[in-house]
Amino acid sequence: MIEDIAARFPYWATAVLMVIGLYGMIGKRNLVKKLIGMNIFQSAIILFFIAGSQRDGATLPILLVEDGHILTPVDPELYVNPLPHVLMLTAIVVSVAITGVALAFLVRIYREYQDLDEESLLKKVRQ
Amino acid sequence: MLAALIAPVVTRLRYELGFIIALTGVGLSAIVSAWALFHVLDTGTMHYNLGGWAPPVGIEYVVDLISAFVAVIVTSVATLVIIGTRRWADREASDRLGSFYGLVMLLITGLVGMIVTGDLFNLFVFLEISSLAGYSLIFLGGGRAMLAGFRYLILGSIGGLFYMLGVGFLYFSTGTLNMAETQDLLTNDATARSVQAGAAFIFVGLGLKMAIVPLHLWLPDAYTFAPSSVNTLIAPIMTKVGAYAMIRMFLSVFPDGYLKDALPVADALLVLGLIGIIFGSVAAMSQKDIRRMLAYSSISQIALIAVGVGLGTPLGLVAALLHIMNHAVMKATLFMATASVRFSSGITQVSDFSGIGRRMPLTMGSFTLGAIAMVGIPPATGFFSKWYAVQAGIESSQWAVVVVVLASSLLTAVYLFRILESAYLHPLKLEPSHSHENPEEFGETEQKLTFEAAAREAPIDMVVPTVLLGVATVVLGVLNAVIVIHILEPGIA
Repeated sequence: MIEDIAARFPYWATAVLMVIGLYGMIGKRNLVKKLIGMNIFQSAIILFFIAGSQRDGATLPILLVEDGHILTPVDPELYVNPLPHVLMLTAIVVSVAITGVALAFLVRIYREYQDLDEESLLKKVRQ
Repeated sequence: MLAALIAPVVTRLRYELGFIIALTGVGLSAIVSAWALFHVLDTGTMHYNLGGWAPPVGIEYVVDLISAFVAVIVTSVATLVIIGTRRWADREASDRLGSFYGLVMLLITGLVGMIVTGDLFNLFVFLEISSLAGYSLIFLGGGRAMLAGFRYLILGSIGGLFYMLGVGFLYFSTGTLNMAETQDLLTNDATARSVQAGAAFIFVGLGLKMAIVPLHLWLPDAYTFAPSSVNTLIAPIMTKVGAYAMIRMFLSVFPDGYLKDALPVADALLVLGLIGIIFGSVAAMSQKDIRRMLAYSSISQIALIAVGVGLGTPLGLVAALLHIMNHAVMKATLFMATASVRFSSGITQVSDFSGIGRRMPLTMGSFTLGAIAMVGIPPATGFFSKWYAVQAGIESSQWAVVVVVLASSLLTAVYLFRILESAYLHPLKLEPSHSHENPEEFGETEQKLTFEAAAREAPIDMVVPTVLLGVATVVLGVLNAVIVIHILEPGIA
C-alpha cells in the first residue's frame, strides 16, 4: 500500500489536491475561498499533466549540436515529453484569465454589498 | 479556407463602433458558415491545418456536415439576436458598449471555434474563451446577476477543468490530441481503466456546460438575472454548443459504441435526460417570472437532446441534432419576444401578460409560433425532433422515452399556453400587479413610461428579427425532411 503510494506519488498528490480544491469550491461559503479552491484544483490538473510527461532518467527535449556532432541522446525514449508542458502553459494562461475575471467580479460584488459570504449575500440580494 | 470563418470574428474585436462591427462580424461568419455548409455538401469534409502543421502534430480544424450545420445555426441566430437586442444593449450597457460587443464577439468566436475544432485540447481553450465571455456578459446585469455570474464561473470552471482532466487521461493513453486519431487509436485497448476515467471526466465536464439535470444549478439564475440583451443571446446558443461537443465525443472521438458498452455514459445521459425533461417542465410550470420559466424550459429541452444522444442510435442522434437547431430557433423567438415585451412595458411577470396580445400583435404572434413549436404541433419545428426521438425510442424499445417525450409536450403546453391565454383572452391590465423585484435594474427612462402608454408594439428593429425567428420555426419545420435527408443522415453515417 505504502510502496504503491510512493511509486505513484504525483498521482496521489494530484488526487488529494483535487479533492481539496473541490471541497473548497463547493463546501466553503466565502467566495474568495471558493476561488482559491478553484486555483488548487487547476494546479492539481497541471501537476497531473506534468507528472504524466515525466520519464525516469530522461532529459530536456532539446537537441544540442556542436561542430556537426550531436551532443544529446538520439533515442527519443531519453527525452521528456514536451507536449504536455506546452499544453499546460496554455492552461496556466486560461486559469490566470479565469482568476482575473473572478477577482474583478468579487471586487464589484464587495463594492456593492460589502460582503463576500455566500449565504448572507443571498439574503441581501433577495431583499 | 476555414480561417475565413473565424478571422472576421477575431479581427473585428474591440473596436468602439461596437454594434456595426459586431453585426458585420457575426453576419459575415454566418454567410461564411452557410457557404461552408454548401461547400461540404458538394465536396465533402474540409480540413484546415492551423499554422500549416499537418494534423497529428498541429491543430486541425475540421468542418464536416454536422459542424457546418451547427455553425450555421449558431451564427445566424446570433446575427438576428444582435440586431434585435441592439436597443437593450444601448440601454443596459450604454457606457461600455465597446467592451460589451467585444465580449459578444469573443463569445461567438469561442462557440464557433468549439464547433469547428478537430483537436481535443483546442476545444478546451475555445470552451473557456466562450465561457469567460459568457460569465462577464451575465455579470453586466448587476445585482443578483453578479452572484449568478460568479456561481456560473465556479461551476463552469469545474466543468472545464473536468473536461481537461479527461483529455489528459485520453492523451496519456493514446499519445494524441487529434480527434480522428484518438478514435483510431482507442479501438485497440477500449477497456483500459484510464480511458474509462477519461470518458467519465469528459462526460461530467461537458454535462456541466450543457446543464444536464443534476448539473444544471447555474442555469436558472444566470438566465433570469442576466441583462435582456445577454440572455437572449446566450440562451439559444450556448448550451447547444455544449450539447454539440457531447455529440462530437460520441461521433468522432470515442470508437463506435464505446460509450455505450465499455462505460454506461449513454445510459446515464438517457436516464438523466428523461428525469430532466420532466423536472424542467414541472419546474417551469410553477415560475412567476417568464425568464425563469423559459430557463427551466431550456433545461427540459436540453434534456431532450441528451435523450437523443443517449439512445445512441443514428435516429436518436438525428433527433438530437435536429433539436439543437429547433431549440435554438424556438428559444431565440421566445426570448426575443419576451425581451421586446419587457422593453416596451417592463413586464417580466407571467401574470402581467394579460391583454398584451392585442397591444403587441406581431411580437406576441411570434411568441405564439415559438410556443407552438415548443409544444410540438406539426408544421412547426419542435414536432419533428420529438417525432424522431419517439421513433428512435420505439426502434430501440425504450418505452420510457416514448412516454416521457409525449408527456413533456403536454407539460410544455401547460406552461406556455398559460401565457398565451392571459395575453389573448384576458383584458388589458393598466397597472402591473407586482412591483418589479429589482427596481434599480431598470433605467430611468423606463420608470417614466406609464404602463398604458408603454404597452404597445416594440420598435421596428426589435419586431423584425422576432418575427423572422418566429416564421423560421415554421419554415424550418416544413423544410426539416430536406435537412434530415441531406445534412444530418449523411453527416452521422
